[in-house]
Amino acid sequence: MSGPTSATTTGATTASDRPAALLRWLFFSLIVRPAVLVLLGLNLRHRERLPKQGPAILVANHNSHLDTPVLMSLFPQRLLPRLRPVAAVDYFLKDARRAWFARNIMGIIPLERRPEGGADPLLPLERALDRGDILILFPEGTRGEPEKMTALKSGIAHLARRRPDVPVVPIFIHGLGKALPKGEALLVPFFVDLFVGEAIAWSGDRARFMEDLAARFEGLAHEAPPPDWQ
Amino acid sequence: MFVRLDPTIWWTIAGIYAVLLLASVLVFGVGRRVPALGSRDLCQRVTSWWIMATLFAIAILLDRIASLVFLGFVSFLALKEYLSLIPTRRADRRVLFLAYLAIPVQYWWVGTEWYGMFIIFIPVYMFLLLPVRMVLAGETQGFLRAAGTVHWGLTICVFSLSHAAYLLMLPGDDAAAGAGLLLFLVIVTEANDVAQYFWGKLFGRARVTPSISPNKTWAGLIGGILTSAVLAGLLAFLTPMSWWIAALIGAAGGIAGFCGDLVMSAVKRDLGIKDTGGMLPGHGGILDRVDSLVFTAPLFMHFIRYFYY
Repeated sequence: MSGPTSATTTGATTASDRPAALLRWLFFSLIVRPAVLVLLGLNLRHRERLPKQGPAILVANHNSHLDTPVLMSLFPQRLLPRLRPVAAVDYFLKDARRAWFARNIMGIIPLERRPEGGADPLLPLERALDRGDILILFPEGTRGEPEKMTALKSGIAHLARRRPDVPVVPIFIHGLGKALPKGEALLVPFFVDLFVGEAIAWSGDRARFMEDLAARFEGLAHEAPPPDWQ
Repeated sequence: MFVRLDPTIWWTIAGIYAVLLLASVLVFGVGRRVPALGSRDLCQRVTSWWIMATLFAIAILLDRIASLVFLGFVSFLALKEYLSLIPTRRADRRVLFLAYLAIPVQYWWVGTEWYGMFIIFIPVYMFLLLPVRMVLAGETQGFLRAAGTVHWGLTICVFSLSHAAYLLMLPGDDAAAGAGLLLFLVIVTEANDVAQYFWGKLFGRARVTPSISPNKTWAGLIGGILTSAVLAGLLAFLTPMSWWIAALIGAAGGIAGFCGDLVMSAVKRDLGIKDTGGMLPGHGGILDRVDSLVFTAPLFMHFIRYFYY
């Protein structure tokens, strides 16, 4: 395994690595799926809107480290090698153990938040889409305040512009920020609501695309207003 | 673990499946011609009943420990649903965790037949411990509401429901007799729910409590109580009661179950929701299913314990 400096080239190969792929399969079938079923419990609305295959881009609000594994558990196990969460290099590849787990078990594609020397940070994402992968992105950029949505970053719009045929599927998650918010290590069981929105097409304009996306999240969040959590 | 070979238990479970089979023929077979019977809601309800009855039957037919684990898990699901619905405070995450920990402890008292501890653990010790843990968290805003709602949920989902589990232990070494008591309680309570729904749909007109639940009618209530009384009389062989006492208890259970249903309806109204969850298609959430059991279990357990054991 190469270090974080060659992130753009290694991102593509990790998911097909044999022993890692087996570990990843075991981790999801023996730990993630049973834990999601028993400790959390999902209330998934509009399951039919989830993409059946790649390429596709899932965008979700981000409140917890559990967001990624829970989103990945929505898909059949055979699609696991296709699921690629996009994660920030500066956070996930800082510590060696975390980096190993992020790359091999979660199968992340590292994203350089502040690229240096004119490197194109979206290139590995485009390559993954061209291979038929399903990307998982959190356009808020960070987990932030639990159960509160913040402004969306427009990197997703650049990606959508370059691959206008790939469906962008918004998913609103509620409850995981209560179960395991930022800075907490103790998981408290809560039911989780997941609302899948209709796919958004590239509208030809970055600002309009971002407005569409924000409006879609707004609509999903209002399908079932969550109880108070101060 | 072993399968109990007590014939009365086996025959009763066979009877449950016979009723389910009849319901399936009505809903999926006749329902194709009569749209009122074949509605999506009814089909989902019957399918969910098959799954619930099978899980319950397996838990009963295995040994006592399996039955206790099953009921403890139902308590866990109910509490999780409740805590996900009510407003909670971020500062109380560890308090909620403590509330979850009360479940294995409470069912441990049941399994070890420590009646005194079983009966005071949640009303006394958890009642004192939860607010102390809240004080340590240091958040006073909304303190009273948080302390009240969390303990209320613990009482409903864990304390009340564990009374159904305690029925298993009442006859001492005679495990089959305990299983018979639990079967009697659950069948009569659930049949009462179905009967109230059924009579209400057929003849219901005047509403009992229009401001809380528009679906509850006098015809449903009275039809449910009578049905439960007859069924309880027929099932008296599962218990040490004579048939007419069992029938009276069945009628009382019909009223208690109705009250439990109403209380949960009021909670849902307060929270502005229709169902407590989506776990059981056709029924709603787990609390929608056990709301009447929460009321019938303690009353039935104390009646039986006081007069028969």
